[in-house]
Amino acid sequence: MVRAEPVMGTVVSLDIRDQGVPGAVVDAAVAWFHEVDATFSTYRPESEISRISRGELSRSDGSAEVQEVLGLCAEVTRRSGGCFDVQLGGRLDPSGLVKGWSVQRAAEMLQASGARNFFIGAGGDIVTRGRPAGGQRWRVGIRHPEIGDRVAAVLEAGDLAVATSGAYERGEHIVDPRTGRAPAGLLSMTVAGPSLTYADAFATAAFVMGEPGVAWVAGIDGYAALAITSDRRVVWTPGMAGLLAGSAPAPR
Amino acid sequence: MPSAMPIRPAATLAATAIGVVLLLAFRTPPAAPPATAVTLPSASAAATPTATPSGAPPSAGSSPTPTATPTAAAGGLKSGTFNGQTYSDQYGNLQVQLVISGGRITDVKLLQYPQNEPQSAFISSHALPLLREEVLQAQSAKIDAISGATFTSENYAASVQSALDLARA
Repeated sequence: MVRAEPVMGTVVSLDIRDQGVPGAVVDAAVAWFHEVDATFSTYRPESEISRISRGELSRSDGSAEVQEVLGLCAEVTRRSGGCFDVQLGGRLDPSGLVKGWSVQRAAEMLQASGARNFFIGAGGDIVTRGRPAGGQRWRVGIRHPEIGDRVAAVLEAGDLAVATSGAYERGEHIVDPRTGRAPAGLLSMTVAGPSLTYADAFATAAFVMGEPGVAWVAGIDGYAALAITSDRRVVWTPGMAGLLAGSAPAPR
Repeated sequence: MPSAMPIRPAATLAATAIGVVLLLAFRTPPAAPPATAVTLPSASAAATPTATPSGAPPSAGSSPTPTATPTAAAGGLKSGTFNGQTYSDQYGNLQVQLVISGGRITDVKLLQYPQNEPQSAFISSHALPLLREEVLQAQSAKIDAISGATFTSENYAASVQSALDLARA
Protein backbone atom coordinates (compact mmCIF):
# COMPACT_ATOMS: atom_id res chain seq x y z
CA MET A 1 0.00 0.00 0.00
CA VAL A 2 1.46 3.33 -1.09
CA ARG A 3 0.32 6.74 0.03
CA ALA A 4 1.77 10.18 -0.49
CA GLU A 5 0.43 13.21 1.37
CA PRO A 6 1.44 16.85 1.02
CA VAL A 7 1.95 18.10 4.57
CA MET A 8 4.56 19.93 6.64
CA GLY A 9 5.68 21.81 3.51
CA THR A 10 6.76 18.59 1.79
CA VAL A 11 5.29 15.28 0.66
CA VAL A 12 5.27 12.37 3.10
CA SER A 13 5.45 8.94 1.46
CA LEU A 14 4.36 5.71 3.13
CA ASP A 15 5.03 2.36 1.47
CA ILE A 16 3.76 -0.69 3.36
CA ARG A 17 4.62 -4.09 1.93
CA ASP A 18 2.69 -6.22 4.47
CA GLN A 19 -0.54 -7.63 3.12
CA GLY A 20 -3.79 -6.84 4.84
CA VAL A 21 -2.83 -3.69 6.74
CA PRO A 22 -6.09 -1.72 7.07
CA GLY A 23 -6.34 1.61 5.30
CA ALA A 24 -7.36 3.13 8.62
CA VAL A 25 -3.84 2.49 9.92
CA VAL A 26 -2.34 4.63 7.16
CA ASP A 27 -5.10 7.21 7.63
CA ALA A 28 -4.12 7.49 11.29
CA ALA A 29 -0.46 8.05 10.37
CA VAL A 30 -1.43 10.73 7.86
CA ALA A 31 -3.66 12.42 10.44
CA TRP A 32 -0.69 12.39 12.83
CA PHE A 33 1.45 14.36 10.36
CA HIS A 34 -1.28 16.99 9.99
CA GLU A 35 -1.48 17.23 13.78
CA VAL A 36 2.30 17.72 13.93
CA ASP A 37 2.03 20.44 11.29
CA ALA A 38 -0.69 22.26 13.21
CA THR A 39 1.32 22.09 16.45
CA PHE A 40 4.86 22.79 15.25
CA SER A 41 4.75 24.73 11.99
CA THR A 42 6.62 28.01 12.22
CA TYR A 43 4.64 29.11 9.16
CA ARG A 44 1.35 28.89 11.09
CA PRO A 45 0.89 31.81 13.48
CA GLU A 46 -1.61 29.81 15.57
CA SER A 47 0.67 26.80 16.11
CA GLU A 48 1.87 26.13 19.65
CA ILE A 49 5.47 26.74 18.59
CA SER A 50 4.59 30.12 17.07
CA ARG A 51 2.69 31.11 20.19
CA ILE A 52 5.55 30.06 22.45
CA SER A 53 7.95 31.92 20.18
CA ARG A 54 5.90 35.10 20.62
CA GLY A 55 5.71 34.60 24.39
CA GLU A 56 1.94 34.06 24.35
CA LEU A 57 2.38 30.58 25.79
CA SER A 58 5.04 29.38 28.17
CA ARG A 59 6.98 26.19 27.40
CA SER A 60 5.77 24.60 30.61
CA ASP A 61 2.18 25.15 29.52
CA GLY A 62 2.84 23.54 26.15
CA SER A 63 1.43 20.15 25.17
CA ALA A 64 3.25 16.92 26.02
CA GLU A 65 4.49 16.65 22.43
CA VAL A 66 5.92 20.16 22.47
CA GLN A 67 7.68 19.56 25.75
CA GLU A 68 9.06 16.26 24.52
CA VAL A 69 10.40 17.83 21.32
CA LEU A 70 11.93 20.82 23.09
CA GLY A 71 13.54 18.47 25.60
CA LEU A 72 15.07 16.40 22.79
CA CYS A 73 16.28 19.57 21.09
CA ALA A 74 17.97 20.71 24.29
CA GLU A 75 19.74 17.36 24.50
CA VAL A 76 21.09 17.72 20.95
CA THR A 77 22.12 21.31 21.66
CA ARG A 78 24.24 20.03 24.54
CA ARG A 79 25.71 17.11 22.61
CA SER A 80 26.57 19.30 19.62
CA GLY A 81 28.07 22.19 21.52
CA GLY A 82 25.41 24.54 20.19
CA CYS A 83 25.73 23.57 16.52
CA PHE A 84 22.06 22.66 16.72
CA ASP A 85 19.75 25.06 18.52
CA VAL A 86 16.07 25.89 18.50
CA GLN A 87 16.70 29.56 19.15
CA LEU A 88 17.55 31.30 15.91
CA GLY A 89 17.47 35.06 15.60
CA GLY A 90 15.00 35.48 18.42
CA ARG A 91 12.64 32.86 16.98
CA LEU A 92 11.90 29.41 18.29
CA ASP A 93 12.39 26.85 15.51
CA PRO A 94 12.65 23.10 16.26
CA SER A 95 12.19 22.15 12.60
CA GLY A 96 15.59 20.43 12.49
CA LEU A 97 14.24 17.70 14.78
CA VAL A 98 10.44 17.75 14.37
CA LYS A 99 10.32 16.13 10.93
CA GLY A 100 12.48 13.17 11.93
CA TRP A 101 10.68 12.85 15.26
CA SER A 102 7.26 12.81 13.59
CA VAL A 103 8.32 10.12 11.11
CA GLN A 104 9.86 8.05 13.91
CA ARG A 105 6.57 8.29 15.83
CA ALA A 106 4.57 7.34 12.73
CA ALA A 107 6.79 4.28 12.23
CA GLU A 108 6.09 3.25 15.83
CA MET A 109 2.37 3.69 15.18
CA LEU A 110 2.54 1.45 12.13
CA GLN A 111 4.51 -1.17 14.03
CA ALA A 112 2.03 -1.09 16.90
CA SER A 113 -0.70 -1.77 14.35
CA GLY A 114 1.13 -4.85 13.13
CA ALA A 115 3.03 -3.58 10.08
CA ARG A 116 6.54 -5.06 9.84
CA ASN A 117 7.76 -4.21 6.36
CA PHE A 118 7.52 -0.59 5.28
CA PHE A 119 9.25 2.71 4.79
CA ILE A 120 8.14 6.23 5.55
CA GLY A 121 9.83 9.19 3.91
CA ALA A 122 9.30 12.87 4.60
CA GLY A 123 11.28 15.47 2.69
CA GLY A 124 14.26 13.16 2.37
CA ASP A 125 14.24 11.78 5.95
CA ILE A 126 13.50 8.08 5.91
CA VAL A 127 12.71 5.21 8.25
CA THR A 128 12.82 1.63 6.95
CA ARG A 129 11.50 -1.51 8.60
CA GLY A 130 11.82 -5.13 7.55
CA ARG A 131 12.10 -5.91 3.85
CA PRO A 132 10.56 -4.62 0.63
CA ALA A 133 10.12 -8.25 -0.49
CA GLY A 134 11.42 -11.69 0.45
CA GLY A 135 15.19 -11.90 0.28
CA GLN A 136 15.62 -8.20 -0.48
CA ARG A 137 16.74 -5.22 1.55
CA TRP A 138 15.49 -1.66 1.38
CA ARG A 139 17.72 0.36 -0.89
CA VAL A 140 18.03 4.00 0.11
CA GLY A 141 19.80 6.35 -2.24
CA ILE A 142 21.62 9.44 -1.00
CA ARG A 143 20.67 12.25 -3.31
CA HIS A 144 23.43 13.67 -5.44
CA PRO A 145 23.80 17.23 -4.16
CA GLU A 146 24.25 18.67 -7.62
CA ILE A 147 22.25 16.42 -9.96
CA GLY A 148 18.68 16.22 -8.77
CA ASP A 149 17.75 12.93 -10.36
CA ARG A 150 20.87 10.98 -9.46
CA VAL A 151 22.25 9.40 -6.32
CA ALA A 152 25.76 9.64 -4.95
CA ALA A 153 25.57 6.45 -2.87
CA VAL A 154 23.16 3.65 -2.01
CA LEU A 155 22.56 2.22 1.45
CA GLU A 156 21.07 -1.21 2.07
CA ALA A 157 18.85 -1.30 5.12
CA GLY A 158 16.62 -3.46 7.22
CA ASP A 159 15.54 -1.34 10.19
CA LEU A 160 17.23 2.01 9.77
CA ALA A 161 16.74 5.74 9.95
CA VAL A 162 18.49 7.94 7.39
CA ALA A 163 18.50 11.75 7.32
CA THR A 164 20.36 14.16 5.07
CA SER A 165 21.02 17.86 5.47
CA GLY A 166 22.43 19.86 2.63
CA ALA A 167 23.39 23.15 1.16
CA TYR A 168 21.02 22.57 -1.73
CA GLU A 169 17.98 22.64 0.53
CA ARG A 170 15.79 25.53 -0.54
CA GLY A 171 13.47 27.53 1.63
CA GLU A 172 14.87 26.15 4.86
CA HIS A 173 18.41 27.46 4.87
CA ILE A 174 20.50 25.86 7.54
CA VAL A 175 22.13 28.46 9.73
CA ASP A 176 24.97 28.00 12.21
CA PRO A 177 23.35 29.05 15.50
CA ARG A 178 26.74 30.18 16.78
CA THR A 179 27.37 32.67 13.95
CA GLY A 180 23.97 33.29 12.36
CA ARG A 181 25.47 32.50 8.96
CA ALA A 182 25.22 29.59 6.57
CA PRO A 183 27.94 27.01 7.22
CA ALA A 184 30.62 26.33 4.61
CA GLY A 185 32.54 23.19 3.85
CA LEU A 186 29.94 20.59 2.98
CA LEU A 187 27.43 20.03 0.19
CA SER A 188 25.56 17.41 2.19
CA MET A 189 25.67 15.39 5.41
CA THR A 190 23.87 12.05 5.78
CA VAL A 191 23.41 10.38 9.17
CA ALA A 192 22.10 6.85 9.66
CA GLY A 193 21.17 5.09 12.90
CA PRO A 194 18.39 3.55 14.94
CA SER A 195 16.23 6.66 15.46
CA LEU A 196 15.23 9.28 12.91
CA THR A 197 14.56 11.74 15.71
CA TYR A 198 18.27 11.81 16.43
CA ALA A 199 19.49 11.15 12.87
CA ASP A 200 17.62 14.24 11.66
CA ALA A 201 18.99 16.52 14.39
CA PHE A 202 22.50 15.05 14.21
CA ALA A 203 22.57 15.58 10.43
CA THR A 204 21.62 19.22 10.91
CA ALA A 205 24.23 19.74 13.63
CA ALA A 206 26.95 17.85 11.77
CA PHE A 207 26.27 19.82 8.60
CA VAL A 208 26.85 23.01 10.57
CA MET A 209 30.13 21.60 11.88
CA GLY A 210 31.47 20.91 8.42
CA GLU A 211 33.89 18.05 7.87
CA PRO A 212 34.61 17.72 11.62
CA GLY A 213 30.94 16.76 11.91
CA VAL A 214 31.82 13.34 10.51
CA ALA A 215 34.13 12.66 13.43
CA TRP A 216 31.51 13.98 15.83
CA VAL A 217 28.90 11.51 14.56
CA ALA A 218 31.46 8.70 14.64
CA GLY A 219 31.74 9.32 18.37
CA ILE A 220 28.01 8.78 18.92
CA ASP A 221 27.26 5.15 19.64
CA GLY A 222 25.12 3.55 16.94
CA TYR A 223 25.22 6.41 14.42
CA ALA A 224 27.11 6.66 11.13
CA ALA A 225 27.77 9.56 8.78
CA LEU A 226 28.58 10.20 5.14
CA ALA A 227 29.45 13.70 4.00
CA ILE A 228 30.05 15.20 0.58
CA THR A 229 32.39 18.15 0.89
CA SER A 230 32.39 21.38 -1.09
CA ASP A 231 35.52 20.23 -2.90
CA ARG A 232 33.67 17.06 -3.83
CA ARG A 233 35.28 14.47 -1.63
CA VAL A 234 33.13 11.79 -0.05
CA VAL A 235 33.95 11.07 3.58
CA TRP A 236 32.30 8.42 5.72
CA THR A 237 32.59 6.61 9.03
CA PRO A 238 33.40 2.90 9.35
CA GLY A 239 29.82 2.32 10.51
CA MET A 240 28.55 3.75 7.24
CA ALA A 241 30.87 1.50 5.24
CA GLY A 242 28.83 -1.46 6.47
CA LEU A 243 25.64 0.09 5.10
CA LEU A 244 26.90 1.10 1.67
CA ALA A 245 25.63 -1.20 -1.07
CA GLY A 246 28.17 -3.28 -2.90
CA SER A 247 31.88 -3.16 -2.20
CA ALA A 248 32.80 0.35 -1.14
CA PRO A 249 36.50 1.17 -1.39
CA ALA A 250 38.36 0.37 1.81
CA PRO A 251 39.22 3.43 3.85
CA ARG A 252 42.90 4.37 4.03
CA MET B 1 48.60 2.50 15.94
CA PRO B 2 49.15 1.90 19.64
CA SER B 3 47.85 -1.38 20.97
CA ALA B 4 46.02 0.36 23.78
CA MET B 5 43.59 2.99 22.59
CA PRO B 6 43.06 5.77 25.10
CA ILE B 7 39.95 7.90 24.78
CA ARG B 8 40.87 10.63 22.38
CA PRO B 9 39.42 14.06 21.91
CA ALA B 10 37.15 14.27 18.87
CA ALA B 11 39.65 16.23 16.83
CA THR B 12 42.19 13.42 16.70
CA LEU B 13 39.60 10.79 15.75
CA ALA B 14 39.74 12.07 12.22
CA ALA B 15 43.26 10.81 11.75
CA THR B 16 42.65 7.20 12.64
CA ALA B 17 39.06 6.15 13.35
CA ILE B 18 37.36 7.53 10.28
CA GLY B 19 37.31 6.03 6.82
CA VAL B 20 38.39 8.98 4.78
CA VAL B 21 38.69 8.29 1.11
CA LEU B 22 39.64 10.83 -1.48
CA LEU B 23 37.33 9.17 -3.88
CA LEU B 24 37.77 9.95 -7.47
CA ALA B 25 39.10 13.40 -6.63
CA PHE B 26 42.34 12.19 -8.14
CA ARG B 27 40.74 10.10 -10.84
CA THR B 28 41.03 11.51 -14.32
CA PRO B 29 37.61 12.82 -15.24
CA PRO B 30 36.00 11.00 -18.12
CA ALA B 31 36.91 12.47 -21.48
CA ALA B 32 33.30 13.01 -22.37
CA PRO B 33 30.78 14.31 -19.84
CA PRO B 34 28.12 11.85 -18.70
CA ALA B 35 25.54 12.05 -21.43
CA THR B 36 22.43 12.17 -19.28
CA ALA B 37 23.85 13.72 -16.14
CA VAL B 38 21.93 16.96 -16.10
CA THR B 39 19.17 16.51 -18.62
CA LEU B 40 15.73 15.96 -17.28
CA PRO B 41 12.85 14.66 -19.36
CA SER B 42 10.32 17.39 -19.86
CA ALA B 43 6.88 15.85 -19.72
CA SER B 44 5.01 19.12 -20.07
CA ALA B 45 5.35 22.37 -21.91
CA ALA B 46 8.70 23.87 -21.00
CA ALA B 47 8.45 26.88 -18.75
CA THR B 48 10.15 30.17 -19.40
CA PRO B 49 12.36 30.75 -16.39
CA THR B 50 11.36 33.79 -14.46
CA ALA B 51 13.84 34.97 -11.87
CA THR B 52 12.27 36.52 -8.82
CA PRO B 53 14.03 37.73 -5.69
CA SER B 54 14.08 35.33 -2.78
CA GLY B 55 11.19 35.99 -0.40
CA ALA B 56 8.88 37.12 -3.18
CA PRO B 57 5.74 35.04 -3.73
CA PRO B 58 6.26 32.22 -6.22
CA SER B 59 5.29 33.10 -9.78
CA ALA B 60 3.94 30.56 -12.20
CA GLY B 61 6.03 30.13 -15.31
CA SER B 62 3.90 27.74 -17.31
CA SER B 63 0.37 26.52 -17.77
CA PRO B 64 -0.39 23.24 -16.03
CA THR B 65 -1.01 20.39 -18.46
CA PRO B 66 -2.50 17.05 -17.47
CA THR B 67 -0.82 14.29 -19.45
CA ALA B 68 -3.42 11.56 -18.99
CA THR B 69 -7.19 11.53 -19.30
CA PRO B 70 -8.41 12.04 -15.76
CA THR B 71 -11.16 9.84 -14.38
CA ALA B 72 -13.16 10.43 -11.23
CA ALA B 73 -12.06 8.61 -8.08
CA ALA B 74 -13.63 8.05 -4.69
CA GLY B 75 -11.26 10.30 -2.76
CA GLY B 76 -12.22 13.35 -4.79
CA LEU B 77 -9.00 13.13 -6.77
CA LYS B 78 -9.07 11.95 -10.36
CA SER B 79 -6.65 9.23 -11.41
CA GLY B 80 -3.90 10.13 -13.79
CA THR B 81 -0.66 12.04 -14.08
CA PHE B 82 -0.76 15.74 -13.27
CA ASN B 83 1.98 18.30 -13.74
CA GLY B 84 2.11 21.16 -11.31
CA GLN B 85 2.95 24.67 -12.30
CA THR B 86 6.57 25.71 -12.48
CA TYR B 87 7.73 28.01 -9.72
CA SER B 88 10.96 29.95 -9.94
CA ASP B 89 13.37 31.77 -7.73
CA GLN B 90 16.94 32.85 -8.19
CA TYR B 91 18.09 29.24 -7.85
CA GLY B 92 16.07 27.99 -10.78
CA ASN B 93 12.81 26.31 -11.70
CA LEU B 94 10.90 23.78 -9.69
CA GLN B 95 8.07 21.68 -11.05
CA VAL B 96 6.57 18.49 -9.67
CA GLN B 97 4.46 15.77 -11.22
CA LEU B 98 1.91 13.77 -9.24
CA VAL B 99 0.70 10.30 -10.14
CA ILE B 100 -2.72 9.64 -8.65
CA SER B 101 -4.53 6.32 -8.49
CA GLY B 102 -7.59 5.30 -6.53
CA GLY B 103 -7.99 8.77 -5.08
CA ARG B 104 -4.50 8.87 -3.62
CA ILE B 105 -1.13 10.20 -4.67
CA THR B 106 1.09 7.24 -5.49
CA ASP B 107 4.17 9.00 -6.82
CA VAL B 108 5.75 12.41 -6.82
CA LYS B 109 8.38 13.22 -9.43
CA LEU B 110 10.53 16.24 -10.03
CA LEU B 111 10.23 17.45 -13.62
CA GLN B 112 12.36 20.52 -13.05
CA TYR B 113 14.54 21.25 -10.06
CA PRO B 114 16.86 24.05 -9.02
CA GLN B 115 20.56 23.35 -9.37
CA ASN B 116 23.48 24.61 -7.41
CA GLU B 117 25.70 25.31 -10.37
CA PRO B 118 25.11 26.15 -13.99
CA GLN B 119 25.31 23.12 -16.23
CA SER B 120 28.35 24.43 -18.06
CA ALA B 121 30.35 24.56 -14.85
CA PHE B 122 29.43 20.99 -14.02
CA ILE B 123 30.38 19.61 -17.39
CA SER B 124 33.64 21.44 -17.81
CA SER B 125 35.36 20.77 -14.51
CA HIS B 126 34.99 19.62 -10.94
CA ALA B 127 32.51 16.93 -11.86
CA LEU B 128 31.21 15.53 -8.59
CA PRO B 129 32.60 12.06 -8.17
CA LEU B 130 30.01 9.35 -7.97
CA LEU B 131 30.65 6.09 -6.23
CA ARG B 132 30.97 3.31 -8.83
CA GLU B 133 29.35 5.60 -11.38
CA GLU B 134 28.53 3.04 -14.03
CA VAL B 135 27.06 0.57 -11.56
CA LEU B 136 24.92 3.24 -9.95
CA GLN B 137 23.38 4.24 -13.25
CA ALA B 138 22.14 0.70 -13.64
CA GLN B 139 21.06 0.46 -10.01
CA SER B 140 19.15 3.70 -9.82
CA ALA B 141 15.95 2.11 -11.06
CA LYS B 142 15.97 -0.23 -8.05
CA ILE B 143 16.16 2.41 -5.38
CA ASP B 144 13.21 2.36 -3.01
CA ALA B 145 13.64 5.75 -1.42
CA ILE B 146 15.97 8.71 -1.59
CA SER B 147 17.45 10.54 1.35
CA GLY B 148 18.34 14.06 0.53
CA ALA B 149 17.81 17.59 1.63
CA THR B 150 14.92 17.77 -0.74
CA PHE B 151 12.69 20.61 -1.46
CA THR B 152 10.68 21.64 1.51
CA SER B 153 10.40 25.10 0.09
CA GLU B 154 7.32 27.11 -0.60
CA ASN B 155 7.89 26.57 -4.33
CA TYR B 156 7.76 22.81 -3.94
CA ALA B 157 4.61 22.90 -1.86
CA ALA B 158 3.04 25.32 -4.34
CA SER B 159 3.83 23.12 -7.32
CA VAL B 160 2.38 20.09 -5.54
CA GLN B 161 -0.75 22.05 -4.67
CA SER B 162 -1.23 23.24 -8.24
CA ALA B 163 -1.05 19.63 -9.47
CA LEU B 164 -3.61 18.60 -6.86
CA ASP B 165 -5.90 21.39 -8.00
CA LEU B 166 -5.86 19.85 -11.45
CA ALA B 167 -6.77 16.46 -10.05
CA ARG B 168 -9.76 17.95 -8.29
CA ALA B 169 -10.99 20.06 -11.17
